[in-house]
Amino acid sequence: MSIQEIENQIVSEFEQFEDWLDRYNYLIEMGRTLPMIDPKYKTDSYLISGCQSRVWLYAHHEDNKLYFTADSDAVITKGIISLLIRVLNGQSTEDIIQAPLGFVDEIGLKEHLSPTRANGLVSMIKQIKLYALAYQTKNKQRNDPSHEQHG
Amino acid sequence: MVDVEKIRADFPILHQQVYNNPLVYLDNAATTQKPEVVINAVRDYYLTVNSNIHRSVHYLGQQATLAFEESRQLVREFIHARHQHEIIFTKGATESINLVAGSFGRQFVREGDEIVISAMEHHANIVPWQLMCAERGANLRIIPFHPNGELMMDAYRELLNDNTRLVAVTHVSNALGTINPVKDVIALAHGRGIPVLVDGAQAVPHMKVDVMELDCEFYCFSAHKMYGPMGVGILYGKEEWLNKLPPYQSGGEMIRNVTFEKSTFGDLPFKFEAGTPNVADILGFRATLLYLNTIGMNRIAAYEEELMKHALDRLRAIPQVRLVGDSPHRAGVISFLIEGIHPYDAGTVLDKMGFAVRTGHHCAQPVMDIYGIPGTVRISLGLYNTREELNAFTDALNRVIEMFR
Repeated sequence: MSIQEIENQIVSEFEQFEDWLDRYNYLIEMGRTLPMIDPKYKTDSYLISGCQSRVWLYAHHEDNKLYFTADSDAVITKGIISLLIRVLNGQSTEDIIQAPLGFVDEIGLKEHLSPTRANGLVSMIKQIKLYALAYQTKNKQRNDPSHEQHG
Repeated sequence: MVDVEKIRADFPILHQQVYNNPLVYLDNAATTQKPEVVINAVRDYYLTVNSNIHRSVHYLGQQATLAFEESRQLVREFIHARHQHEIIFTKGATESINLVAGSFGRQFVREGDEIVISAMEHHANIVPWQLMCAERGANLRIIPFHPNGELMMDAYRELLNDNTRLVAVTHVSNALGTINPVKDVIALAHGRGIPVLVDGAQAVPHMKVDVMELDCEFYCFSAHKMYGPMGVGILYGKEEWLNKLPPYQSGGEMIRNVTFEKSTFGDLPFKFEAGTPNVADILGFRATLLYLNTIGMNRIAAYEEELMKHALDRLRAIPQVRLVGDSPHRAGVISFLIEGIHPYDAGTVLDKMGFAVRTGHHCAQPVMDIYGIPGTVRISLGLYNTREELNAFTDALNRVIEMFR
């Protein structure tokens, strides 16, 4: 499925909830099923520091596709991360770089994207896109021998 | 006794719904709400007397200057300082501390000297000293505190020595709520001739403060944490000490004569008030002080003490709640953890329920490090909070606990 298709799917899942309480309960549930990061990556080098909740993110690369595992010390943050990972896991680097990720806003979690929220989510999206960009650049260099010569 | 319903009517912002729930504002240690008289005072200034102060010969300028200096007089009375010129207007407690750290450091601190602060300071009373010490080759020494949030006075006594140049300590901890025995802290320092700065930002809103009785050299606080406008702070300093310090910033207002060869500086308090001050908000602060005087700080303190006791009783009744800092001498603030629930999660859900609380390290990271926790949930009380709000809050906490179970 494409990023947009998965986003649409999440939006329609959240539409069935009438109030914020149910949405958050669902998020909490999602948070508990988050693909756990291998403990060896739960170190400061993989830490994305928000002010209040911490997020560890590990990315790996197969056939020009990116895969993520993550964890956070706050459950709501974990819930949001699990949604992000569901959308972006196994997508191409190009698609990840381009993804506007409008679903976070559409399912009523916009406040978590505000920079003042300091929950690491904004930094996490930035980090995911940076990973994608880094892999893309590396790939291009590998596939284009002239690249190195011309800088 | 304080008529809380009457007081609530004075604060327009409190009467609103957030996410379809009545707002319960419990983040007063971050900033307090403003009564309508304060909002109107700021507005009236711009509507009727706006003009630059001290230098204007015209009518408006004189009206503004009179009102401005009257504010200073009211501050003097409010904290019982000896002289009006011992009251310096700044933009906040942070700037007040930076002023002293900068000017005192330049004048009095040499390599190998020591500045003593406590482990429960707000970053605003750590970093300015840290920077100054780094610049001057001096060392920062830290008074530890007991797990219940009380300063270790014996350790403090041992920290004081011939190299100690100044002690800077908070009156009330913004993270733990502890009221420190500042009078003893000051007396011990004075026994060795060491001056003391007290960060009073979290004390002044909750109790009657008398700087002459405390006998501290410097006392700092912010208007916005005591129902006044943002952008106004106070530095109280003993005349003798303020005279000894070099200027902090320079420019207009603070000079006597300027030639390209040399400038001479004005007398107190103007020496420390470079540039056009925040006249509008300082006049707003005047309205704040008049408002607080009408109610009476002693009555506010008595009301809040009862409110605090009620909040603690309700919180202690929840088995999953663990208080962080549990000194019997407490004002304004209660910090706590909920077993198994990250403060950020609790804060997010409480927000949706209409409760404005703080979560995180409260700009006191060293305090959190000492307890080995990332942060706490903090509620902080103001004179307009009610028992009913606290009951609603603890009911909401129980719902949060249920949700994350």
